[in-house]
Amino acid sequence: MKRSPKDNEDSARRISRRAALLGGAQLVFAGVLVLRMRSLQLGQSEEFRLLAEENRINIRLLPPARGVIYDRAGAVLATNVQNYRIVLVREDAGEPREALERLAQIIALTPEDIERAEREIMRHRPFVPVTIADQLNWEEVARVAANAPAMPGVTPEVGWTRFYPFGAEFAHSVGYVGPVSERDLEARENPDPLLMIPRFQIGKIGVEREYEETLRGSAGHRRIEVNAVGREMRELDRQEGDPGSNVRLTLDRQLQAFTLARLGEESASAVVMEVQTGNVLALASAPSFDPNLFVRGISVADYAALRDNDHRPMSNKTVQGAYPPGSTFKMVTALAAFEAGLSTPDERVFCPGYLDAAGRRFHCWNRGGHGRVNLTSALAESCDVFFYDLSQRVGIDRINAMAERLGLGIRYDLPLSGVSSGLNPSREWKRDRRGADWVIGDTINASIGQGYVLATPLQLAVMTCRLATNRAILPRLIHSIDDVEQPIPDQPPLGLTPAVLAQVQRGMWEVSNSNRGTAYRSRIVNTEQRMAGKTGSSQVFSITAAERAAGIRSQDQLPWNRRDHALFVCYAPDVDPRYAVSVVVEHGGGGSSVAAPIARDIILAAQNGGLPALESYPTPQRNRIETMIRTISDQIGPPATPDNGRSRA
Amino acid sequence: MSYLEYNVKRSPSGLRKVLYVNWPLVLLLTAVASVGFLQLYSVSGGDFDRWAEPQMQRYALSLAVMLAIGFVPLWFWRSMSVLAYGVSFLLLVGVEFFGSVGMGAQRWLELGPIRLQPSEMMKIAIVMMMATYYDWLDIRRVSHPFWVLVAVFLIAAPAFLVLIQPDLGTALMILGAGGMVMFFAGVSLWYFGAVIGAGVGLVTLVFASRGTDWQLLRDYQFRRIDAFLDPTLDPLGSSYHINQAMIALGSGGWSGRGFMQGTQSRLNFLPEKHTDFIFNTLAEEFGFIGSVFLLTLYIGIIVTCVIAAMQAKNRFASLLILGIAGNFFLYFAINMAMVMGLAPVVGVPLPLVSYGGSAMLMILIGFGLVQSACIHRPREKS
Repeated sequence: MKRSPKDNEDSARRISRRAALLGGAQLVFAGVLVLRMRSLQLGQSEEFRLLAEENRINIRLLPPARGVIYDRAGAVLATNVQNYRIVLVREDAGEPREALERLAQIIALTPEDIERAEREIMRHRPFVPVTIADQLNWEEVARVAANAPAMPGVTPEVGWTRFYPFGAEFAHSVGYVGPVSERDLEARENPDPLLMIPRFQIGKIGVEREYEETLRGSAGHRRIEVNAVGREMRELDRQEGDPGSNVRLTLDRQLQAFTLARLGEESASAVVMEVQTGNVLALASAPSFDPNLFVRGISVADYAALRDNDHRPMSNKTVQGAYPPGSTFKMVTALAAFEAGLSTPDERVFCPGYLDAAGRRFHCWNRGGHGRVNLTSALAESCDVFFYDLSQRVGIDRINAMAERLGLGIRYDLPLSGVSSGLNPSREWKRDRRGADWVIGDTINASIGQGYVLATPLQLAVMTCRLATNRAILPRLIHSIDDVEQPIPDQPPLGLTPAVLAQVQRGMWEVSNSNRGTAYRSRIVNTEQRMAGKTGSSQVFSITAAERAAGIRSQDQLPWNRRDHALFVCYAPDVDPRYAVSVVVEHGGGGSSVAAPIARDIILAAQNGGLPALESYPTPQRNRIETMIRTISDQIGPPATPDNGRSRA
Repeated sequence: MSYLEYNVKRSPSGLRKVLYVNWPLVLLLTAVASVGFLQLYSVSGGDFDRWAEPQMQRYALSLAVMLAIGFVPLWFWRSMSVLAYGVSFLLLVGVEFFGSVGMGAQRWLELGPIRLQPSEMMKIAIVMMMATYYDWLDIRRVSHPFWVLVAVFLIAAPAFLVLIQPDLGTALMILGAGGMVMFFAGVSLWYFGAVIGAGVGLVTLVFASRGTDWQLLRDYQFRRIDAFLDPTLDPLGSSYHINQAMIALGSGGWSGRGFMQGTQSRLNFLPEKHTDFIFNTLAEEFGFIGSVFLLTLYIGIIVTCVIAAMQAKNRFASLLILGIAGNFFLYFAINMAMVMGLAPVVGVPLPLVSYGGSAMLMILIGFGLVQSACIHRPREKS
């Protein structure tokens, strides 16, 4: 539009005025922006700097190396071995399915493994390494490494895993580790952050569990820089943790191996102790299982097989099994009577094969009767009537006190799982637990270790140590921690009258050295290794009238789980004893025929520091024994290597 | 014909035009764009090819377009104003029916290989249209209610179409740019007072519409407003971005954490670090000094434009330059206010610095018009 000059000037003036106005407003706004920058960047920069650091820095725990467990001589019972695994990083590997199928041509992967691995891979962000296969051996790893150029994103990695070189031999005592479970976390007040690490393993049973804190060590950490999606960009610094302490046990690997092998196929257990120190040299519970299975993650089938086995492989019978001690309890009854002055070792009792008391007839195991017996012959021949007779005079209170003095009914504080206290019954116990008064029949049953009395093989071994030394020996399993020797517990004198104890020991000696002794067939012929012992056959079920009518007379004819438990306790040598052994064979039949030969072999092995020597055995038995020893020594192999098996993630 | 009022003889012609290009403006624009190249290189982690190089190519191309536009006489652009506005408006209508949906909003038209953003075009076209309108209108009638109403309609119609796309940021910029030209043209201040009053009323209305079936904004836009009003409300949800952006900005401190040392941007905590939030990467790495430096460059551009507008002595040229400059001011002011937590996150890029070709091209087309006005300014014969 054509404008007059006046209009043009007017327009220009008005525009300038308005421009100045709005320009001023814009400057004010710019000033506001600068003030805001000042407030954020100068005023609050410290806070924002801190927030930025919190964003970018993550702390990752470094699991410490778990302590190694040794036997008394330094043989490795539990250690950490390198564990090769294959990890896949999706963003480098491309299509996971194809990568996995290529991998399956190199290492064994079942279609299920591939399926599972693929699911696992897709669950994570593409840069997260996912473990495809675990517990690989070196050959497989080498094959994968050799094919690395053809398989981007697939790499072998080294981790650490627990390994038990002697497998089943120490499954119950050393125990095993496994992944942390929900229950493990709930059981802890303030769980170590280490337990939150995926795949972190903690002790589940045995020493591994009870000494968990000692063995675990403390975590190290590394500070890493991460990006917004959590990918690690670089490591800022690293502080290694303290490795766990090494634990040395009192167990002797050779003796443990021999003991477990000697128990063979039976459902049985045996404990070997040093009588002077209380050191436990062997704790064998048969059958056993391979703890390495649990470390790798046991398969459902393997676990079901262990769980459903009627010989209960997973139970540590040496401390968890509580059995009626049977005749091995008779020393308790005898000592209770003599220490109370209610009888003398020379007193003779007539055994007609039974005793009538409290309106009942109590049979001797020998229904024909033993005739006149005194303490030594009653122990040697295991006459029941002699002890029935003593017990009526002594009463349960004194028997109970003596049993406790000898170490029965006590829960020993050993780092093992499920340690049982057995049962040393008293009047109070029966009233509290059974709601009934103690009757004389209970005392008579208790006098021969039947009725309510229960003892674990460990307790029987402790009792034997105490009988051999007249001191309150306590069992000891931990020799040293990080080379610091753990003290041997106090062993105050038991205060048994030496003359009386000597008579009891004499009776035990006759059991396996006198030709009327119940374990004479299991005698040791070389004098410096001779043992003193006591057989026991504890009734689980009485042979019923119906069975008797059906002609069943002996244990062999009963079904396995109705037979008597066979027990034997012993110490050797007979002078200056060094070792004590207890053996319990569940449903084994008779103590003299089943438990005593096992105990003899074990105590000879202990005394020889290896295998029993043939010249210790009576000449006629030597051929049979030689075969047996050879079979066992073949079973005792060198420690296994970790490459024996594998499982997959 | 209106072009007769331009004295062609006294305007430079031919290659002599190069001498009359507003070189200080070119220099300032290039300085700002260079800050962008530097930051794009930094946030890509030192990968030149990723963002910096394409951005430089686009800048070079856009700069050529700017000069080309600048060499065309201003009367031509004035005569194109109505056409530009009309086409942009029709395209805005078209985008409603044929537009592609991206980022939750209908914003562009696919025309063969070209992706057209009519709302971007409208930012320039509205300034051209309003400058032409007030150049055509008798000065004495600018405050006449009817002619004000016409102007308001010319601005509000495209702004409404952009708002329902829905692109709140661009709608605000169209309103702002158009309103500023009205302001420069001398429309009575009473009208502006009334509009501000109405604006306050509208905001109230928008909030009142929330949750009803005539809701005026999309849910995500309401959430962005909530995040702005209270960033602590939901630190991992809608306000995560703005919180991370503030951390990046604040952690820069006085002189920053150093070039390529910004952890928030390098480690991807900062969202949209190469586009809307690129200012925060600058603030993180160069601190208060760097932030104020960039702001100063921007103000320099505005000042250069205002000077050019004062020199123009031509109603259309002055209004055009001031409108373009005002538009540019809205760009960086809204973006900076947004990334500093002073305004809701509305999706306005930092002009010439944020990665993206379309916005850069439109901005430099705008400055091309400024250059045209500068080059073809009638000068005294020397």
